[in-house]
Amino acid sequence: MFHIHCPYCEELREEEEFHPKGQAHIARPADPEACSDEAWGDYLFFRDNPRGIHHELWVHAIGCRKFFNITRNTVTYEILETYKMGEQPAITAESLASTEKLAGVQVAGGGQQTVGASDSAVKDSRGAKV
Amino acid sequence: MSNSVAQNVRTFETHPEATVPAESPLAWSYHHSGRPSASAKSRVVLRERAMLGHLILRGGAIVLDEAVRQVLGFGLPGRPNGLTRDASGERSIQWLSPDEWLVIVPGGEEFALEGKLRKALGEAHYAIVDASGGQTLIELEGEMARELLMKSTPYDVHPDAFPVGKGVTTVFAKATVILRRPDEQRWELVLRRSFADYLYRWILDAGAEYAIGVEA
Repeated sequence: MFHIHCPYCEELREEEEFHPKGQAHIARPADPEACSDEAWGDYLFFRDNPRGIHHELWVHAIGCRKFFNITRNTVTYEILETYKMGEQPAITAESLASTEKLAGVQVAGGGQQTVGASDSAVKDSRGAKV
Repeated sequence: MSNSVAQNVRTFETHPEATVPAESPLAWSYHHSGRPSASAKSRVVLRERAMLGHLILRGGAIVLDEAVRQVLGFGLPGRPNGLTRDASGERSIQWLSPDEWLVIVPGGEEFALEGKLRKALGEAHYAIVDASGGQTLIELEGEMARELLMKSTPYDVHPDAFPVGKGVTTVFAKATVILRRPDEQRWELVLRRSFADYLYRWILDAGAEYAIGVEA
């Protein structure tokens, strides 16, 4: 039992009212006909499974029934922010890493993957107008 | 029967002119589970307000607000989870989502209202659905009504969190209800037809310790 802030209802609601719907910011290829099989396969089937910050799509299923995005830490299960569809996250793995670097904390030590998404995937998700 | 206000929309009167017996979604439940009568010991009273007109409005807030002000004389709730009513309290509009509102009016008014709204909205991009047959409204009143709700829903029903004029769609006994607070004394629950029997029996069970009574 924990509370999730719905950006449309503008208040915290019980977890029971929500459903997770997978990775957020996946843009459909603009021209599927001209898309390679590999790019189409990536779009349909391949998802990030990061250790750390993850942007996810959730739905307020018993409530306003709107989809929205959650930035969540997959290690601590902490929800860092929720934001509406079409908006971009204020908190990303990079923004957290840079603030931690400023604070003198070393991240991603020992080659451990803390970001998860590959650079190209992050770049894709940035450009996505979902 | 058909009424073509807009060229591309067919509307129809859900209450036919012939006298066909209509029953509330709770009719079978009253027959099967009974109706404990309200007495002086009852600290919760349940009252069904059957056969009201329920309309779902979808569209942009500004254009719908203008139309309902013109037709009903009061506007949409300005904030999420809001509930507005007319002076008599008989007609209400509740926020359901950023582009969706529930209008409840006395039974029999909904078809005329739908026609007037369609006329007022003209060519705007909107949808109106008559949901009257799909749901029913029950009221809970009494000093222990809030206690009963606290046993049934995870939503915070403390007056600080749930003031008069608020309405939410939430979980109630693992089902979905629209829970609203039109005034200080009463709580209203809008039940889906398919959940009505289950929720009625749940409420009777939850209210047994408060000697719940059902008023017709």
